Amino acid sequence: MKVFIKFDFNSICKKVLEEKLEEHQLKHKVLGFGEIEFLEKISEEKLNAFSNTLLPYGIEIVENQKAILIQKIKDVIMDMIFNESTNINVKSSVYLADKLGHSYGYLSNLFSEVTYTSIENFIIIQKIEYTKQLIINNQLSLTEIAFKLNYSSVAHLSSQFKNTTGITPSAFQRIIKKRREIATKNIN
Amino acid sequence: MQQDFILITLADDDEDDRLFFTDAFDELKINTVVNTVNNGKELLSFLNHPETVLPNIIFLDLNMPILNGIDCLKEIKLNDKFKDIAIAIYSTSSSEKDIENTFVLGANIYIKKPSNFNELKKILADVVTINWQYHTNGLNKDNFLLRM
Repeated sequence: MKVFIKFDFNSICKKVLEEKLEEHQLKHKVLGFGEIEFLEKISEEKLNAFSNTLLPYGIEIVENQKAILIQKIKDVIMDMIFNESTNINVKSSVYLADKLGHSYGYLSNLFSEVTYTSIENFIIIQKIEYTKQLIINNQLSLTEIAFKLNYSSVAHLSSQFKNTTGITPSAFQRIIKKRREIATKNIN
Repeated sequence: MQQDFILITLADDDEDDRLFFTDAFDELKINTVVNTVNNGKELLSFLNHPETVLPNIIFLDLNMPILNGIDCLKEIKLNDKFKDIAIAIYSTSSSEKDIENTFVLGANIYIKKPSNFNELKKILADVVTINWQYHTNGLNKDNFLLRM
């Protein structure tokens, strides 16, 4: 038997954090967007121990100010794309600047300098990533995906997919399907 | 802390090619640490060596003596230990069937080898940059397919 699952990164992260914070008995408040406030002073030792238990989950405590801002930019973008209840009527540049309290020029320069890619490109990569996930889940047609991700047309999504990955959405779907067939064969 | 460089292993039997690749990596903005092996057999013994720190990405020439790129790819994909390594295949072939087949067998990236150095540099820069995004942003590597 084979089932497809979908998951929500935000809920997973929150749940893991809550559990680990509980486990380490740290009094805290989760402020959302990847921020936790500790309600009492915590020794470096305790903080390190806490940080180490998070590493296997791909969660890490960000240390310097630049890295924190970069992470916030990424979080806002991910929320914009993956969270359906976040409804944005303005351009993403305006939204980011507004949400983070810095000019878009500053955010954009900092982002390019540290991540080796531009904010615009990062948004495209994430949207294509989401498209891949939706294609694999098999529940939506490409037209529906284009609509869901605010593309003006399915042609626009297709050409952006091809530009970003070098292959067409249908080739992608075909390859993943064949891979799964091979994997199933190997198990049986 | 997250490492701030990319570990690359390059498998190619042609010495000139190895030189071109390593030169191209040197000029990238992202810090890279590159090591090279001369054929598929060497690659597998390098990966299986207990003291080896596994690379983030392997560049694999399709046409190599002893053990060719495809057989190497199959071997690597059989071992769960290597599942986090991105595999970039490069070849002079642009046959659609060949390309799709390497993806189906588990390659993440297919590079059609360009004829000049500047183009190669540009392609490698793009590949390493996108791989970096997968590496630092927790993107799903199973869905990582890129054709250059």
